[in-house]
Order: sequence, then C-alpha cells, then structure tokens
Amino acid sequence: MKSVLVSFLSGVVFAIGLGISGMTQPAKVIGFLDFTGNWDPSLAFVMVGAITVHAIGYRLSRSRPSPLFASTFAVPTRTDLDLRLVGGAALFGLGWGIAGFCPGPALTSLVSGHPSVMIFVVAMIAGMSLYTLIEDRWLRRQVPAQGGGSPLTTPPSSAFQNPADS
Amino acid sequence: MENFTPLASLIGGSLIGLSASVMLCFNGKIAGISGIVAGLLSPTKHDTLWRLVFVAGLLAGGFLLRFFSARSFEIGSVRSGGALALAGLLVGFGTRLGNGCTSGHGICGISRGSKRSLIATATFMAMGAAAVYIVNHLLGGAL
Repeated sequence: MKSVLVSFLSGVVFAIGLGISGMTQPAKVIGFLDFTGNWDPSLAFVMVGAITVHAIGYRLSRSRPSPLFASTFAVPTRTDLDLRLVGGAALFGLGWGIAGFCPGPALTSLVSGHPSVMIFVVAMIAGMSLYTLIEDRWLRRQVPAQGGGSPLTTPPSSAFQNPADS
Repeated sequence: MENFTPLASLIGGSLIGLSASVMLCFNGKIAGISGIVAGLLSPTKHDTLWRLVFVAGLLAGGFLLRFFSARSFEIGSVRSGGALALAGLLVGFGTRLGNGCTSGHGICGISRGSKRSLIATATFMAMGAAAVYIVNHLLGGAL
C-alpha cells in the first residue's frame, strides 16, 4: 500500500516539475528545438536539473540490495544499439517537434481541457496500440524466439517489454 | 531569448529528477512515461496498479498546476488538428519502437549512463529540431 502512495505522489511531483519547468508549454518546447530561429535554451536546464538529481538518486538505489517497498529493481540492462532504437527515437523526435508535446506533459495537460491536448493524446495512444499490433503480427516473427520455440508460443513480454528502457 | 527561464526550468527539472529517484529507490521502477502508459494498454497482473496510480498522480499534479500556475497550460503554438494527430501517432509509435521518450531515455537513461539512451536522446533532439526547422522555417509555421 505504501508503494501505491509513493507512485501517486511521484506522479504529482513529476507533473508539477513539468509545469514549473515549462515542458507543458508546446511553444516553449518548439522554441527550445528552434536552433536557427529565436532559440530559447531554457529546457536544457530542465535536463541539467533532472539528470543531476536523478544521477544521485540512481547511485543511492545502487547502494541497496532492493528497493524500500518492492522486492526488485526493474532497471533496463540492454546495451546493444539497433535500428529500432534509432528509428523509434527519430519518429518520436519528429512528432515531438511538430506538436511540442511529449508523453508526460501531454498527459499532465489533459486537465486543461484544451482540444489540442485531447487530439494529441488520443493519437498517441492510437500510435502505441498500432505498434503493439504490428509487433505482434509482424515484427516478432522476424526475431527467432529464444530457445528455439515458435514465435507464436513466445510469451507476450519477451525481449521487447522487459527489460525495456523506460 | 525574451522567454528564457533558466531558474524555473532548473527547479522544475530537479523536481522531475526527484520524482524519478523516489520511484526508483522506493518502488524499483523507472519513471518513463511512455513505458508506463504502454504498460496500461496491455495490462498484466501485479504490474498495472502502480502505473494507473502514477498517471492519476500526473493528472492530480495537473489540477494543482491549474490553480497555482495557470500559465503552465498556455499552448502558445498554432498547429492544426491534423498536424497534432500526425504528431501524436509518431510519438506513440516511435516511443514504443524506440523503448522510451524524454523521461525514460532523456532523464532516467542518461542519469545511469546508458549508451542506448544517450543515442536515443541525441536522435530525438536532432529530429525534433529538424521537424521545427521544416514546419517553422520551410513551411512558414503553417501545418
């Protein structure tokens, strides 16, 4: 139960951080990505602040055998670079640049009731669902299942979901 | 540079880092938003509640922002519904294909020195800049 409260409060703090930092304002995000125009470097400070604090938090977590309210750390361990990683990041970047929204700020902004946010979030969830559909039907068959099993008998959370990067 | 807000952005970023650290140290979870949401779309037992509650927390935080910092929800850009729908599809599909977004790769991954996240972040930053260049400078902002 304590872990549920932690998740909730973390979500609240995350959203407030997004709001204070400027990440929930698409025009500001676009201004940050507009290197050849009227560039606003503010959002680089979001990354500096977040990475500095979380690098310390990560080190703290490494000093413990397990999390305080859970049995294991679900931390990604993959180190290989592949086309999916780069291609996925490229598509994501294009969408981020067009709208000025990424997933966290878009969800947080839902409470504003602004139609732009609604359209973006519905489309984002559709995009995620489309990926799952394509992965199940096509992508997974190209990767031989580990242990020689048929791809169709591979559990749905094989190599791609756990451990994922996020 | 008239909208430059280094201090607010640094403080806000630190709060994001704090939230991600608390999730990791207490619950052992990575605060990557696209991954958290995607997990809700194909729910599995014992791995759904924390995701739902985290997203509920995001929305609750959004409500607080509405009262204390209404400026946070200024859209300030004019993109058509079609452009937003295209962007949403790209963000949803791309974050699943690439296993993460600004939070999962850009903050959590880079903080632990992940080479994958560093490459992903460099890629989405570059493509984001390319998209803004095309839309704002080649198309005159009309999309």
